[in-house]
Amino acid sequence: MTRKSRRLILIAACGSVLALAVGLILFAMSGSIVFFRSPSDIAQQNIAPGTRLRLGGLVKDGSLRRGPDQSVDFAVTDTNATVAVQYKGLLPDLFREGQGVVAEGVLEPGGVFRADTVLAKHDESYMPREVADALKAQGRWQEGGPNKGGPGTGGPAPKPATASTDSTLGARSER
Amino acid sequence: MIVETGHFALALALAISLVQTVMPIWAARSGDPALRQIASQAALGAFACVLFAFAALTYAHVTSDFSVQNVVENSHTQKPLIYKISGVWGNHEGSMLLWVLILTLFGACVAAAKNAVPPRLRANTLGVQGLITVVFVLFIITTSNPFSRVIPAPLEGNDLNPLLQDPGLAIHPPLLYIGYVGFSISFAFAVAALIDGRIDAVWARAVRPWTLTAWCFLTLGIAMGSYWAYYELGWGGWWFWDPVENASLMPWIAGTALLHSTVVMEKRDALKVWTVLLAILTFSLSLIGTFLVRSGVITSVHSFATDPTRGVFILAILVLFIGGSLTLFAWRAPLLRQGGLFAPISREGSLVLNNLFLVAGCATVLVGTLYPLLLEMLTGEKITVGPPFFNSTFVPLAIPLLLIVPFGQALAWKRGDVLAAAQRLFAALAVALVIGFAVLALTWGGPVMAPLGIGLGAYLLIGSALEIVARARGYGASRTRSLGQIGRRALGLPRSAWGTALAHAGVGIVVLGIAAQGWATEGLGTLKPGQSLTAGPYTATLDRVGPRQGPNYEEAAASLTIRTRAGDEVGQVETGKRFYPSRKMAVTESGLLTIGASQVYASLGEMGQDGGVGLRLYYKPLVLLIWLGAVVMALGGGLSLTDRRMRVGVPAKAKARPIPNAVPAE
Repeated sequence: MTRKSRRLILIAACGSVLALAVGLILFAMSGSIVFFRSPSDIAQQNIAPGTRLRLGGLVKDGSLRRGPDQSVDFAVTDTNATVAVQYKGLLPDLFREGQGVVAEGVLEPGGVFRADTVLAKHDESYMPREVADALKAQGRWQEGGPNKGGPGTGGPAPKPATASTDSTLGARSER
Repeated sequence: MIVETGHFALALALAISLVQTVMPIWAARSGDPALRQIASQAALGAFACVLFAFAALTYAHVTSDFSVQNVVENSHTQKPLIYKISGVWGNHEGSMLLWVLILTLFGACVAAAKNAVPPRLRANTLGVQGLITVVFVLFIITTSNPFSRVIPAPLEGNDLNPLLQDPGLAIHPPLLYIGYVGFSISFAFAVAALIDGRIDAVWARAVRPWTLTAWCFLTLGIAMGSYWAYYELGWGGWWFWDPVENASLMPWIAGTALLHSTVVMEKRDALKVWTVLLAILTFSLSLIGTFLVRSGVITSVHSFATDPTRGVFILAILVLFIGGSLTLFAWRAPLLRQGGLFAPISREGSLVLNNLFLVAGCATVLVGTLYPLLLEMLTGEKITVGPPFFNSTFVPLAIPLLLIVPFGQALAWKRGDVLAAAQRLFAALAVALVIGFAVLALTWGGPVMAPLGIGLGAYLLIGSALEIVARARGYGASRTRSLGQIGRRALGLPRSAWGTALAHAGVGIVVLGIAAQGWATEGLGTLKPGQSLTAGPYTATLDRVGPRQGPNYEEAAASLTIRTRAGDEVGQVETGKRFYPSRKMAVTESGLLTIGASQVYASLGEMGQDGGVGLRLYYKPLVLLIWLGAVVMALGGGLSLTDRRMRVGVPAKAKARPIPNAVPAE
């Protein structure tokens, strides 16, 4: 076998594995990507029922209803629009009314969002970033606004988990 | 005072690292071997300084010195001692300090390993390593100073994020960082070779132990992180394809490829340019991982604090090292002489195929991780690339890779014989197929992929065992059929052979564990004391729910008795919800009952008004094999490291260049 044919085989092997990888990526990209939508997006856009998406916003105050066998209903709002959500399972530890939440699932024909995953914040002072951005886009976000300090309402999202909204911390001596 | 000294030590480390960077270059120009020695001394000095700085920060944390910002934000007087220590790296500033500590530790190890590395290569490697240290220490000092003070000092700290108060997470970051940062040495070796314009088997032999060490620790670190996510996050999943997990997986995949290509280079003096490129890519992926996790572009439990200046700084570091090294590669790689030839069907050929699939798999993970970020940056559209994407891209690439693992080992170097290899593996293939189909028949109506996965895992395990048997039996004239002799010869095989077999068997064990998750089942319900919930073959009965007081938390704990369907008691499980008042944060503590390699997993939900509690119960068959397999892989790597070949000094084969003493230094 000549050097040339060896090289050809090598290039062919590289090419075919590369083509396989690219093909798989394109195939997966077309089918398994989930878009993020705010309640306003859902109200404005005509989203086909059955589309898998991520819904983000605040859990509407007073909307949480518990059913039998750990099924729960709640509403997600960005204050302009509200979407009813159904979920069956354990809610995350930091799930509370008035807080940011991201639910992943399917929009049903009746306009109810059936979630199979509910994500809340990792930390007391985080807001899921998508939610914060969506709220900002709706003009419902004020930096250090009325939400400040209250347990669970959280500060602006891209903020240090422990940045001193708490006056007991005092000022940073340097940074 | 100690805190200020620590800060000063860090600044001193910066200065020493600068010396470490400059000296080898100067030495190369002036040809004075004494200057080269300085690089080694500097590497040791930098390590000592960073170690002191790290110890100073640890001291501040252990003594709860709340005049230090970092301690205030992440500690609490009531916190148990182990978490006071792990809290040092449970935050952005401290974890970066740990990063640099490990960076300088590796530098010091290279400096101390006098015989393992030829002096010229060592000096250049230390120079590159010094440059990395300079940049990262600069990053810490300018944007993430862990030693800054608070005036006035508060009386109590904010406590560590309760999710991080866990023994698993106390050791996860050091393990992961040794892995991540360990690849910096492979990178430094590669860049040193490019600067020198010379690379050979001696280089491969020198770089391999470092890569292998880093790889072993990264394997353990990823496994630890995965196990932590499994039991701490309460969702019962062991891998979420979360960007942060991907950030650690990508260097691991590239590092695995690097390990295999250095074997080819060491044995056959081939794949030189490719190996150098892989070493650069592996560390680049570590840096990208650091950027993704630390810059706050991804919100996760790891993004402790996000600050745009840090993100920009890390991005600049990325551009400097990745861009710089790739430019150097493009410029200097053509100088590297091509080495040994081999036929496409040979051990080398199979290792090339291994590298191709690993790199392609790594690329799909990279695309899936970065695509959402790029799309958001360009269009503002927010998308999630979740498990379905990775399952339909990475898995189809991993399966052929796993199929060629035993196959490649059965092929000879230089020119292999497919038929002979197939003959040797016939037993493994046949037994694996029988096992796969038997499991499929036994669980008819269940998942289809899972039995195939079991078959694949069995194939890998048997393939590894056959490899040892084949080597022990010998080839050609020395071939033996006596069992006793095979056993004796097997024991006499080099440790690296056993290490390889063990690591590949570990992969098989992981595959078995993953495949078995196809049969995982779960139950969900609202329970009052006395009521039960079923998942798979087990039933959990709620005995009682009661409050409990921990050192820095209050807990509502539920006790469950696990029984088989027949009613025999298997054991007790406790799951609870902990509330940490200092952070006003609740965390679910899942309860695990281990039965063989399987687990019953209970996770407590909310308390209802009527005294019922929400409970999720999972049955996870053979789930422990996933992490056990990773440990076996790391053990295999460790065993290889103890091989004589790894320890014995490299013969000074390189012809010493005549020192150009005619040119006096200006």
